[in-house]
Amino acid sequence: MKKIYLDHGATTQVNPDVLDAMVPYFAEFYGNPSSIHSFGRETKKALEVAREKVAAGIGAEPREIVFTSGGTESDNIAIRGVARALQKKGNHLITSAVEHHAVLDVCLALQKEGYELTLLPVDEYGMVSAKDVEAAITDKTILISIMMANNEVGTVMPIAEIGKLARERGIIFHTDAVQAIGLLPLNVNDLYCDLLSLSAHKFYGPKGAGILYVRKGTKLAVFNFGGAQERKMRPGTENVPGIIGMGKAVEVVVADREKRAARISSLRDKLIQGLLKIEDTKLNGHPEQRLPGNVNVSVKYVEGESMILSLDLKGIAASSGSACTSGSLDPSHVLLAMGLDHQLAHGSLRMTLGADNTEEEIDYVLEVMPEIVARLRSMSPFYASSKKE
Amino acid sequence: MYSGKVMEHFTNPRNVGEIENADGVGEVGNMKCGDIMRIYIKVNDQDIIEDVKFRTFGCGAAIATSSVVTEMVKGKNLDEALEITNKKVAEELGGLPENKMHCSNLAADALHKAIEDLKNKRNEK
Repeated sequence: MKKIYLDHGATTQVNPDVLDAMVPYFAEFYGNPSSIHSFGRETKKALEVAREKVAAGIGAEPREIVFTSGGTESDNIAIRGVARALQKKGNHLITSAVEHHAVLDVCLALQKEGYELTLLPVDEYGMVSAKDVEAAITDKTILISIMMANNEVGTVMPIAEIGKLARERGIIFHTDAVQAIGLLPLNVNDLYCDLLSLSAHKFYGPKGAGILYVRKGTKLAVFNFGGAQERKMRPGTENVPGIIGMGKAVEVVVADREKRAARISSLRDKLIQGLLKIEDTKLNGHPEQRLPGNVNVSVKYVEGESMILSLDLKGIAASSGSACTSGSLDPSHVLLAMGLDHQLAHGSLRMTLGADNTEEEIDYVLEVMPEIVARLRSMSPFYASSKKE
Repeated sequence: MYSGKVMEHFTNPRNVGEIENADGVGEVGNMKCGDIMRIYIKVNDQDIIEDVKFRTFGCGAAIATSSVVTEMVKGKNLDEALEITNKKVAEELGGLPENKMHCSNLAADALHKAIEDLKNKRNEK
């Protein structure tokens, strides 16, 4: 059976050039970058080349790049770091109801510790409004954190606008851009951000490597101790092969971004149009301001996990915002914040496309999807009763 | 994550549908968690469950437990049917993932509710 991967929002396949770049750093160049002998100097040099590549890819300076273990760690270092560093200046944080848990849960934890938190609502498309951000700002606001693009529904937020109004007021602005790099134009100066999180495995790099961009002059308190690596912001011996791979991955995805984004967008639109031909389906997320690879639909009367299992039996990998797949008892907080009822939130299906997907694969998905939906609906108590009325 | 038997029932569920003029109907679950199961039973004069059908909105475990409970109960009398528990249903399927034991393993409850519905209807007569 052919296998089709439509879960690039979860993780991506390591690019072959990235893998080639990494391999020598396991057994050939294995020195600790902190060592002063030749073994250490070799890897230290390679680390700094990777830092230059990452910086060049996002319009930053090399010394503004902090290597981390991934997006979650970057978000934690950024948000906790600002909250603690600026606690004498103020105690108010602003974020949105649709953030990834790596941002949302950190903010909620800080709220428990006594910080004031504004959780901005979103519209029916999952969009945060810059006006709402502006209205929420008080003289105690020290940090605004809004994601660049939503991981579940693909909605692209007005980050430059929000960044600009934060900058004008001297408020630190963080954005989780984990889903965006390689798909959207990403330059830290155009976005007016002070802090930006990235994760290598979301853009054809390895797992276990991430980036926190820290604009020079941004003060962060630290919570981990034990080494001087990454200017003490992320102590501990660096994941050298991962970082080397990540540097290469930034280079690769930024270089042919426009071409790849255009190709993926056209596959996305074909898939969305095909899925919406199935009766009683609804697109989740913004129809235009949308990540090139994101498809998210709710299929009325059926539950998400049963769709994922059925697709998996056909060799297709997808995901859902249903409770069973969200790891909690509730369906996706993003879909609920957008105003979906529980049935539609449980019936959501996310397919995230990547560089390796083909038109034939999309055709195959559109061929098997109607049978899957029809079979599950034939078992559903709601479909049967809705057709009687 | 699921046993072969769960996937087998998910792929080929038994007794899907509803019974017109069923003697008892039981529904459990709630939409917050995303699992709703409805079971229909037809019972003869000797209290034997002659026919049973289900419709379920839910995950793989919800569908498989619904399916297997219909298989377990068909041809049994009401007392035997009441001895079927959610735990026995999970065992019959070769076990369920831990996080599915509470929210998606309610098929026996739905069956018991259908029997309760039948008894209520009889009392009304």
